[in-house]
Amino acid sequence: MSTLGAALPIRIRGIEKKYGPVTILQRLDLDVAAGEFLTLLGPSGSGKTTLLMILAGFVRPDAGSIKIGGDEIIAAPPHRRNIGMVFQNYALFPHMSVSQNIAFPLRQRRVPAADIVRRVTSALEMVRLNGYGERRINQLSGGQRQRVALARAMVFEPRIVLMDEPLSALDKGLREHMQLELRDLHRSLGMTTIYVTHDQREAITMSDRIAVMNGGAIEQIDRPEALYAHPRTHFVASFIGESSFIPVDIRDGVPWFRDAKLQTTARTSSSGRYLMSVRPEKVRLAAAGGDDGINILAGVMGDVIYQGDSFACSIDIGDGVKLTMRDYCREDTMARLPARGESIRVSIAASDAILVEAG
Amino acid sequence: MLSSQVNATVDGGLNQDTLRREARRETWKAFALLSPGMAVVCLAILVPIGWLFALSLFDEQGRPSFENYARLVEQRSYIQTFITTFQIAFTVTGVCIVLGYPLAYMLSQLPRRIAQIGLICVLLPFWTSVLVRTYAWLVLLQRRGLVNTWLTDLGIVSQPIAFINNFNGVVIGMTHILLPFLVLPLYASMRSIDKDCLRASLNLGASPIAAFWQVFLPLSIPGLVSGVVMVFVLSLGFYITPALMGGGRVVMWAMRIEQTASLYTNWGAASALGVVLLVTTLIILGLFQWRLGSRAAAAWNAR
Repeated sequence: MSTLGAALPIRIRGIEKKYGPVTILQRLDLDVAAGEFLTLLGPSGSGKTTLLMILAGFVRPDAGSIKIGGDEIIAAPPHRRNIGMVFQNYALFPHMSVSQNIAFPLRQRRVPAADIVRRVTSALEMVRLNGYGERRINQLSGGQRQRVALARAMVFEPRIVLMDEPLSALDKGLREHMQLELRDLHRSLGMTTIYVTHDQREAITMSDRIAVMNGGAIEQIDRPEALYAHPRTHFVASFIGESSFIPVDIRDGVPWFRDAKLQTTARTSSSGRYLMSVRPEKVRLAAAGGDDGINILAGVMGDVIYQGDSFACSIDIGDGVKLTMRDYCREDTMARLPARGESIRVSIAASDAILVEAG
Repeated sequence: MLSSQVNATVDGGLNQDTLRREARRETWKAFALLSPGMAVVCLAILVPIGWLFALSLFDEQGRPSFENYARLVEQRSYIQTFITTFQIAFTVTGVCIVLGYPLAYMLSQLPRRIAQIGLICVLLPFWTSVLVRTYAWLVLLQRRGLVNTWLTDLGIVSQPIAFINNFNGVVIGMTHILLPFLVLPLYASMRSIDKDCLRASLNLGASPIAAFWQVFLPLSIPGLVSGVVMVFVLSLGFYITPALMGGGRVVMWAMRIEQTASLYTNWGAASALGVVLLVTTLIILGLFQWRLGSRAAAAWNAR
């Protein structure tokens, strides 16, 4: 199984789901390109798992349309959807061996026995578990179970692959290793993949695009770099990476923090209250007065948190607003570090100052 | 400093003796704590069974002999009773599976709260006396009882059906009493089946029916085995229900024991009957363990 059959695009329109008075998904639209690796990222309760369950056919939505490569599947039962899925706890069949688990979808499709053997063998090879076919599931480690689940979800060459937090049960080192392995597998097989996680780092590492979900809707969908550099809402800015927020008033299209006039390259409306979102690594200690395109803010140095490769410090810029500044631990940065309580000035480039709506 | 290190190596490790002594003391303490329980088991189970076994080896004159066992093989009536006992035990177990599996399946699929109400309904008869329930069946099923009256009035049968004083009666009565013993362990094992496993099987292309046969059923086997063993073993030794529902025409092993002991006061013969029942039960349990136990254990261990 070097490559799957042609990868197909997914077109999701107007998906609605309510449990009693509680809205889980509100008129959700989503397009996934053929062969794309798209991640649904959001906190628990944001509706990402429900959306996945609707795609797999385990939850019936109240309204909506799902088309895979043009075929409407909204009313199809789960076993006719031809979608591969990797479950959070793997959901391997404990009464079957590794080979029997992987052969299961092929047997359901009445694939000839000789083909089953061949395809199971190559699937085991794909996930680097050659020779493990006769093992029982309880004889495998977490990472191996993960690979079996992966092989089982892909051996029947499904139209699309869904993954529900497949790495969350693994420890950190193995998780990071599997992230890269999954990404490589996706690159070589090229199947359209929807991946669910609440881990923003995982999402950034693996995805072609990330859809950030909150309260049953997609807040923003974009490439990881774009999402990190230009979050459009307060939620996205705080959920992806770290951010400090400075409340600003916009008067005549210019943002003001207290009596300081700030500069930003972001487009602004002519007035209103906004939040200026600043990433910790973009905050610098300033030597002297600002040039054009650089904001200078006065503040008081707070606690320094040492984190091995880097340090983070909090800077009070008045009105109870705290900025976080992060830098790598190098001799020069450590030597310049002001003492706690010292008055300092920090600089933020206008291009790094992002405006999001307050609220 | 150096000398103490040398000493430690000579002794074979720091504080080694103290730690060994502590370990021994702990073993003794655990044994002392266990001893009352072991004494009870010994006095209440091992001694009586040994006595039973010994009694069966003496004839009526108190001479050691195998007469009591020889009789069981020589007299046709005993062999007939043995066969009847097993026929009833097999039938009751079979009917319990047919009725109990769907019931346990339904309960396991219901929301937990509703399932608990259902379970209480299953358990309710448990809390009434076996005797009362058996008499209730006698009233319902007799020739002119409620069931036969309805059946004839509705024109379903022209002659009343003989429900009691025969094999059917015994099976009906015993099934009613033993059903919870099958449903409870089965329900527990069905509840513990991972819902995602079933979802996965559907996702992988199994129709709901295939998912049931290939995934749900094999995973429920451990619970089924423990339920079946319980029902079967209890059936073999059943007394009150077959005595009443069989009307004296269906004779089970336990009834033979009662007859021999209280009617003929032949303790040796009654003991031999008891020993045969015990040994047969143990053999069956062993067979179950051998044939199904390993598979069941595999399914359980995988959790």
